[in-house]
Amino acid sequence: MVTTEATAPAATTPSEPVQRRRDRRRVNVPGGLGSLLWLSVVIVPVYWVLVTSLRTQQHFFVDHPLGLPTAPTLDNYRQVVDSGFDRYLLNSVVVTVGAVALTIAVALLAAYTITRNTSRFVARSFSVFLLGLAIPLQAAIVPIFYMITKMGLYDTLLALVLPTAAFAVPITVIILVNFLRDIPRELFESMRVDGAGEWQVLVRLVLPLSRPAIATVAIYDGLNAWNGFLFPLVLTQSPDQRVLPLALWAFQGELTINVPAVMAAVVLSALPIFLLYLIGRRQLVAGLTAGFGK
Amino acid sequence: MTSPVPTVPAGATGTRGGGVPVRRGRERQPVSAWLLAPALILFGGFALVPLGGAVALSFTSWNGLGTPAWLGLDNWGAVLTDDVTWLTLGVTLKVMVGTWLVQTPLSLLLGVYLAPRGRWRAWMAAVYFVALLLSSSAVALVFKNLLDPNFGLAGPSGPAFLQHPWLGDPNTVLAAVILIIAWHFVPLHTLLYQAGARQIPGSLYEAAQLDGAGTVRRFFSITLPQLRYTIVTSSTLMLVGSLTYFDLVFVLTAGGPGYATRLLPLHMYLTGFTATEMGRASAIATILAVVGLCLSLGLTRLSGFSRMQSQQEGL
Repeated sequence: MVTTEATAPAATTPSEPVQRRRDRRRVNVPGGLGSLLWLSVVIVPVYWVLVTSLRTQQHFFVDHPLGLPTAPTLDNYRQVVDSGFDRYLLNSVVVTVGAVALTIAVALLAAYTITRNTSRFVARSFSVFLLGLAIPLQAAIVPIFYMITKMGLYDTLLALVLPTAAFAVPITVIILVNFLRDIPRELFESMRVDGAGEWQVLVRLVLPLSRPAIATVAIYDGLNAWNGFLFPLVLTQSPDQRVLPLALWAFQGELTINVPAVMAAVVLSALPIFLLYLIGRRQLVAGLTAGFGK
Repeated sequence: MTSPVPTVPAGATGTRGGGVPVRRGRERQPVSAWLLAPALILFGGFALVPLGGAVALSFTSWNGLGTPAWLGLDNWGAVLTDDVTWLTLGVTLKVMVGTWLVQTPLSLLLGVYLAPRGRWRAWMAAVYFVALLLSSSAVALVFKNLLDPNFGLAGPSGPAFLQHPWLGDPNTVLAAVILIIAWHFVPLHTLLYQAGARQIPGSLYEAAQLDGAGTVRRFFSITLPQLRYTIVTSSTLMLVGSLTYFDLVFVLTAGGPGYATRLLPLHMYLTGFTATEMGRASAIATILAVVGLCLSLGLTRLSGFSRMQSQQEGL
């Protein structure tokens, strides 16, 4: 039963909830059918990817596309792993962790300043970050390529970390500011009265209190960094520096007709995030909603 | 650095009696503005400066290797008189409108349906979410193969509508791209609407029910108006986001067949990094940035977003 309403008022007569329940169940028929339909729209492709990844190439051409594999095999996965998958995975982890750590570090300092400093300069800087949300990163890619080349960083992982972090700064600052604003001013003031310096306030008060917000925004930034495609495409070249989304694309170019192997690569590339999702679903969902207000 | 106007006589400290916060004077700022420096340097250096750089490079001729050479307005003349530019702008606009029209009703209805608590709904919401966990390039690879008329879901004897080469036919490819984008991003917007619908006070529905309002009436008279900020947030994300669909379309169709799915950012990439006309690509990038800024500012104004401070900041 899904009828328990959290907001049910105390003063209901016994017959009322029953009536509401009946009413709601009637309401749910079209909604339920529609959502089941969408469920199949989501599940069928995912299921197809999974069963395809387990087929041999010969069976791929003859099996029913949605049937179970007649001769299931893990060979495709072995082939993907042998093609340097661990390297790409490691690169993705390095870029994601590096970019998220850098973003959070600078954004936390900025958010702390913005909430605690009322000068006009700080207020203007905050507006700049707000405006920064509207910049499509594609628009800046040519000059970024120019800068990265001039800095001698082309085809390094650092070349991916820096712009990825930079474009994550606005949303991160804004979410952290929203959160830090809710910390009562008295807490800051009493710490200052006790003689704590800026850094002590930051480390002993702001950091512990904003841990949930940091986790949330780190997940959001992390997902973006993990799935980033344009920066790796433009700023790296050698297979050694390839990250997962790019590796998928390259893999498909190398194995055009080996669809089962490509699907195995898709599954493997999604697996880390999927495992994280199973562990931290609540935080992930909170991270995504917090990213867009509400 | 601008100097804040000191409004407090020197010597005043902290909070005055009566709780009036006295925090204007330069010496009394609790936190030094210098702590902003790292964020400003990173964001400025790798986002704002490049944006200005795109404008500057648009007046140069550069093949990506040597030094950019000053060219004047040639790139702009070429870009603005090129039919392909206007074509890609049109395609971008179609995708923008199409994705909004497909995604908004779908995610609104799904989000409202999923809003009440319950195990079944929670389970369904969790499954919906899987599409969002895939990277854009993974989604593109999946659908590219899935929609293949010979080897995909259609198989040797699949349903007729799947045997149509959706991605190979210039007349259907845009619709297919729009639907694939929806497949990928509807979960995100469903989540937003779900969160929004959960915040509608239940008492509103009870009052409406007492007044005899039916389901449809309640949806249009309560749910929809109460969700207006969510609609604005979600729509802004969709519209501005449609300027940034690059990876999905790049992997899925590479802009083809012909120019049928050549979106503005893709056009910029192909001009710059495939045809190595970096100057011309920068002119296109500038157009992209201007369209993005106008769109964001326009949406913010139109929706009266400036009034809702906290929501705006979360965007």
